[in-house]
Amino acid sequence: MGQPAVIAAARERAAPAVIAVSHLTKRYDSGREAIVALENIDFAVGDGQFVAVVGPSGCGKSTLLKILAGLLPATQGEAVLRGTPIDGPRRDIGVVFQSPVLFPWRSVLDNVLLPVDVQSLGRERKIVTAMELLALVGLKGFERRYPWELSGGMQQRVAIIRSLIHDPALLLMDEPFGALDAMTRETMNLELQRIWMESRKTVLFITHSIPEAVFLADRVLVMTPRPGRIMDMLDIDIARPRTLDVMTTPEFGTCVKRIRACFNATGGIDG
Amino acid sequence: MRNPRNVALGIVLFVIIMGVWEAGVRLLAVPMFILPAPSAVFVALYRGVSSGLYITHLKITFIATVLGFALGSALAFALGIAIALNRTVEYYLYPYVVMFQSLPKIALAPLVVVWFGLGLPSKVINAALVAFFPLMVNTIVGLRSAEEDRVNLMRSLKAIEGQIFWMLRLPSALPFIMAGLEVAMVFALIGAIVAEFIGAEAGLGMLIQSMNFTMDVSGQFSVLLILSVVGLILNRAIVAIRRRVLFWDVSVKANSGAAPIKGESV
Repeated sequence: MGQPAVIAAARERAAPAVIAVSHLTKRYDSGREAIVALENIDFAVGDGQFVAVVGPSGCGKSTLLKILAGLLPATQGEAVLRGTPIDGPRRDIGVVFQSPVLFPWRSVLDNVLLPVDVQSLGRERKIVTAMELLALVGLKGFERRYPWELSGGMQQRVAIIRSLIHDPALLLMDEPFGALDAMTRETMNLELQRIWMESRKTVLFITHSIPEAVFLADRVLVMTPRPGRIMDMLDIDIARPRTLDVMTTPEFGTCVKRIRACFNATGGIDG
Repeated sequence: MRNPRNVALGIVLFVIIMGVWEAGVRLLAVPMFILPAPSAVFVALYRGVSSGLYITHLKITFIATVLGFALGSALAFALGIAIALNRTVEYYLYPYVVMFQSLPKIALAPLVVVWFGLGLPSKVINAALVAFFPLMVNTIVGLRSAEEDRVNLMRSLKAIEGQIFWMLRLPSALPFIMAGLEVAMVFALIGAIVAEFIGAEAGLGMLIQSMNFTMDVSGQFSVLLILSVVGLILNRAIVAIRRRVLFWDVSVKANSGAAPIKGESV
């Protein structure tokens, strides 16, 4: 599939877009040669859509997320979130990182309420929301515990609901389950699908696992490295809620194969 | 470790060491002004404590140590924060910090006594001077130890620098700061004693000096015993605070030592 066709399809299907990324480019000038981390990235994510970006390590997908989170400036192009270009960190974005990034001196509840404290959103009011979210991810009764008393999967669940507490318009997830073991990872995928179906947030999910991307997403963007580009885009029309069994269906296999073929063609094989 | 059997063995070992020491000194007829027998040390200790002499001097040294510790720590903390957070301050001040760090601060004690006299001020300042550096260095290192991911999380939430400092950098620095305080406490006691050696009207350091002139070696031993107990109590106090403040720090739970300090000199 050619690049222009991909872009056209993205424009047509993604309306109304919560976030629209156009001609986004990131260059690092280090000494003699410039490294192009991202080149002409174009895509849009519609309201309530779950979009996964899949690519091998070093394809610039984390750079893309950092730019969208407002942590890194783009060299060219722009990303527009709900009508305003992203030019720095914003309150209407929630981010989940690869590691849970919990503060050990804060209890589970206080960790969930961190965005509330930073943005002065009114603790009393938000405690109710926090308790509901804790119940949603099966952590009821753990609110007074500390992060180091929790397993890796539980910690990442806390990180996920922390990113939801301030009710952001867009949820950015940067390989959130990359550090978990395979079994926990599958459970977390199911869990995330459930959370997403209940909250109907717009999600941009970055991963290097092809099955994970296909399992979770409505739409998968395939990125290839050097320079980081979107090579392909496909919609996953598998009915929800999806169970782990869909991974063995021919439909699922076809999607995985098509993405993998993309990487094989560019010489980058991963996941 | 602490079961009845080990406690009993510890007591037996102590009794054996004391017995060998006592017997050795008596059998070899070692003069009192070289090495006193433990019994003589305990007699001197009893006499000194019961007459109130040791208590008077102990109070003076203790107050100087605690005040010096407080003064040195407060300055170290403030300057550490300024250097860690402000590049300009760091640029102009850090060269002096490095220079002073390699200097044995104790060598300044005679000057301090000349400048501030034989009373409390010279002891406090000397104690503060010695206690200052380990805490300042640790404060700087600690404030810069905040993990990048955590800083990114705070930034992504649109936190301002002040919030990042109070909610992230300062708590992250606490393990380093507490370890610095632990060392500073011990150093403050050393600083106070040395100031009393150089010249003072009272204090345990002065007492040791005057006993040395009169060759009262058993008296010196008894004062050393008091000093080690004072040092231990001060250290335990800091460790207790550290345990409470750093309930979340894994290294505190694993072992109570592990101070991240390298190459600190008195």
